[in-house]
Order: sequence, then C-alpha cells, then structure tokens
Amino acid sequence: MLELKNISYTVKETGEDKGIIHDVSLTIQEGEFVAITGPNGGGKSTLAKIIVGIEKPTSGKIYYKGEDITEWSITERAKAGIGFAFQQPVRFKGITVKDLITLATGEKISTTDACAYLSEVGLCARDYINREVNGSLSGGELKRIEIATIIARKAQLSVFDEPEAGIDLWSFQNLIRVFEKMQEERTGSIVIISHQERILNTADRIVVIADGRIAEEGSREEILPKLLDASAPACSVLQEKTERQGR
Amino acid sequence: MDAIQKQLLEEVAGIHEIPQGAYNLRVNGEGAGRNTTEHIDIVTKTDKPGIDIHIRPGTKNESVHIPVLLSQSGLDDLVYNDFYIGEDADVTIVAGCGIHNAGSERTKHDGIHTFYLEKGARVKYIEKHYGSGDGNGERVMNPQTIVHMEKDSYMEMDTAQIKGVDSTDRLTKADLADGATLVIHEKIMTHGKQYAKTDFEVDLNGENCGANVISRSVAKEDSRQVFLSKINGNNKCMGHSECDAILMDNGSVSAIPEITANHLEASLIHEAAIGKIAGEQIIKLMTLGLTEAEAEAQIVNGFLK
Repeated sequence: MLELKNISYTVKETGEDKGIIHDVSLTIQEGEFVAITGPNGGGKSTLAKIIVGIEKPTSGKIYYKGEDITEWSITERAKAGIGFAFQQPVRFKGITVKDLITLATGEKISTTDACAYLSEVGLCARDYINREVNGSLSGGELKRIEIATIIARKAQLSVFDEPEAGIDLWSFQNLIRVFEKMQEERTGSIVIISHQERILNTADRIVVIADGRIAEEGSREEILPKLLDASAPACSVLQEKTERQGR
Repeated sequence: MDAIQKQLLEEVAGIHEIPQGAYNLRVNGEGAGRNTTEHIDIVTKTDKPGIDIHIRPGTKNESVHIPVLLSQSGLDDLVYNDFYIGEDADVTIVAGCGIHNAGSERTKHDGIHTFYLEKGARVKYIEKHYGSGDGNGERVMNPQTIVHMEKDSYMEMDTAQIKGVDSTDRLTKADLADGATLVIHEKIMTHGKQYAKTDFEVDLNGENCGANVISRSVAKEDSRQVFLSKINGNNKCMGHSECDAILMDNGSVSAIPEITANHLEASLIHEAAIGKIAGEQIIKLMTLGLTEAEAEAQIVNGFLK
C-alpha cells in the first residue's frame, strides 16, 4: 500500500544541516493498522507530513500502490486517497463544520449525512453542524471535528497525528471506540502516531521512532509489553539517584 | 427592465422581478415603480431627490425593497431616503445599488439614508452594492447611513460590497438611547485598483445600550481599504468593534479604531486583525483534495459568507 524507502529529512538550522529523519524505510500493508510511537522530538510528526506531502524528503522515495509519489503535491496525494488528521486542528473564520465535512467527502451531502460523521466522534450534531470551525470551539471539540473530517473522507490510507492530544477523558473513551471500529471494519490502512497505550493496543503493528530512526518495529504483541516494561525514569538525575539507592 | 437591469436587481436585492410588499424602484436616476401597503407608505420628497418611508407603529413581518439600478454611463445620482419606523414595528428593509457601466464616463450613486427608530422598533437592514460592466468609466458609491435609535429599539445592518465598485467612501453614524442595540456586519472585497473607505461613528448615549460593529474584508491585487471606527461610550453601555481583514497580492488595509469612554460603566472593546491567509488553512484544505487556488477561494468565500 505505502512504502517509504530510505527516507531522510534535513533542515537548515543556524546555517548547519540538522537531520530530523535518517534513512527510514517502512511498509504499510493494505488494510493494516500501524501505530508509530516514540519520544517527543523523535521525528514522528515529520514522517507523517512526509507521507501526506506537507514536507518533501531530502532523499529517499515514497511509493503508494506501487507508484512513485515522492514528487506529488498534497492535493494529488489527497485525491489518490491519502487522508491526514492534524495534531493541531486548523481554525477557519466563516467555514462551518458542515462546510468542512462536505469538502472532506468531496460531494454534496445532506445535513443528516454530515451529522452521522459527527455522531461517530461523540458530538451532538445538532449543536455543531452550523457552527464555524473557529476559536469559539474548544480544543477537544476541534480535535473531534478534525477526526470526523477524516472519517468522512473514507480515505484508503488515513494518517492521524496524535489524535489523543488535547482531548479530555470523556472524549478519549469515544476516540478509542472510533479507532476500534475502524480496526474492525478495515476499510483502509491506518497510520496513527500516538503515545497512548489504549490506542497502541488497537494496532496490528507498532513502530518505535527515536532520534529520527526506527528503533524498533514489530507486532503489537511483541512491542507493546516491551514499551510498558521500559519504565526507566526519563530524568537522568532521578535515574542516578535510583541506582545509588539500589547499591 | 432590460436584461442588464434585471441582473443588477438580482445581485443587489436577490430577486428577479418586482418584489412583494412595499417597494420603490429607482432606475437611472428616476422612479420606475412603487408599491405601498396598508402599513407602509412611501412618499416622494418635494424639497430634494429621494423618498420618505413611513412604517406605522406595530407593523410586523413586512418588508420594504428600495433598490437603485444604474445602467447608463456618466450618471451622477444623489438621493435622500428617510425611514420613519413606528413604535414596536418589526420590519426588514432591503436597499442596495447596482451600477453597470459599459461606457467611459464615471457613474456615481450617493444614497443618504436616515433612520428614525421609535421606541421598541426593530429593523433588519440589508444593503448590497455591486458593480459590473467592462467600460473604463468608474463605478462610484458613497453611501451614508444615519441611525437615530430611541429607547429599546434594535437595528441589525448587513452591508456587503463584494464586487465591481471602484471607489467607495461609506459613512455610518448612529446615536442610541436607553436599552437600544445596534449590530452591524459589514463585508467588503476589493480588487484591481479599487479603494474602499468605511467610517463608523457610534454614540452610545443611553443607559444599557450597546453596539457591535463587525467588519470582514478581503483586499486583493492592488486595492486599498481603510476602516475607521469611533465608538463613544457616554453612559453605562457596551461597545465592541472588530476589523478582520485578509490581504492578498499587493492589497493594503488600514484599521483605525477609536474608543472613548466618558462614563465609568462604559465597557468598550476594539479588535483588529489583518494578515494573509494562514498557510496551514490552505494546507488543511489541500489535504482534503482541493488545489491551492480552490482552497484560497473557499477560505475567502467562507470568510465573507
């Protein structure tokens, strides 16, 4: 379905090249549900943006359904069936929730149809359908609307960048159900960037990315226990202290 | 009416034919039709060009259409229209001016509208300005709207100038008595070398009166816009003005707010934001399958909707 081949991505920072992604190769099978996890700043979001065309890799190739799409624009990739849910949903003055869902489906839809997508993400459609996607909505509401637009797209490959970020606990339960349902229905391949155990738990395969490289990759059964066991303190001072006390 | 005039009527009043209810149609500087109703009377002024519109107290759910259409090049049309809205009346007034200038001379319409809202009267005022025609002659509109609001009256103004007016200098003045509320939504889009100046002056004189002035505009190509808003809080009142503008190409927008509180309980706010379309908005719509140009158009349409 999707193949990333030796992808590297470098940015210029104070005149020097700084590598964000280093030679990453990854394949997503048709209908597969892959979770990408790893420490913050490890390059996960950049990789997602490279898949959907927001960033262009410095080197390497991207193949989608066997075709080289490395040079394709965001629009071309979207039209070919790649969807993307932003980590920070974009706000629009004047564009309503219904407008956005209509644009996502790519055809004229009834209010009832648009409402169905909102209900899936746990929003009472009647309260939201005619509201503008602007600052009057809370972070959690915007996030759920963002996810509803991706469901509405019925993409063959959907990429979600930290869908849990900024979502409250109540919404989180709904969100998990959304992903569990996607997993059951398998209408397309899914890539989710997440830190949440319950989301990782819905994946077929987990890829751990750290320092711009694939640190580990394998089935959920293989990787998830390792991640949960790896309870080493993140703070090196604390780690040293623990070690001293252990002595 | 000929086809061009019909098209202008559609653009400024959203209707194809003669409107329902009370109306006064002005075409090329002359009266072209009028209808009055039991509750709404329209009388031609005798001292200067224009009409007086009298709406009886308690009139409910009626509308008045007063479109002005100009399709001759070189006309300079000036009218004074006065609206007297009786106590507790609740009406919709649709004004608007369309100029089709296919010639090389300037065509100009200046509509001076004065509203007198009696106690408890409610008015929804819709005004659209539109220009068309491929001549070199300028299409100019300099409207003035003066609103006097008595106790507990309410006025909502929706004004739009979306296309084809080369130069506009609009002035809106209002004074509000106790408990009166004024809400203004203005939309302006300029392109080419157009110039639009819009000037609001609101005196919040009465206790618990309030005004909300919201302007959304898009300045494309080499066009220029100036937004001035002056709100004076002379009593316990609420005043809010907001100028939100999208810049494209070489467009230029100035927002000049002035809020003056002359009373301890006056609460006044001004907000202004001017800038190009956020890159992330375009990217988001591109991820939904729109091209960059389609995304831009969608954002502008939504913004001015």
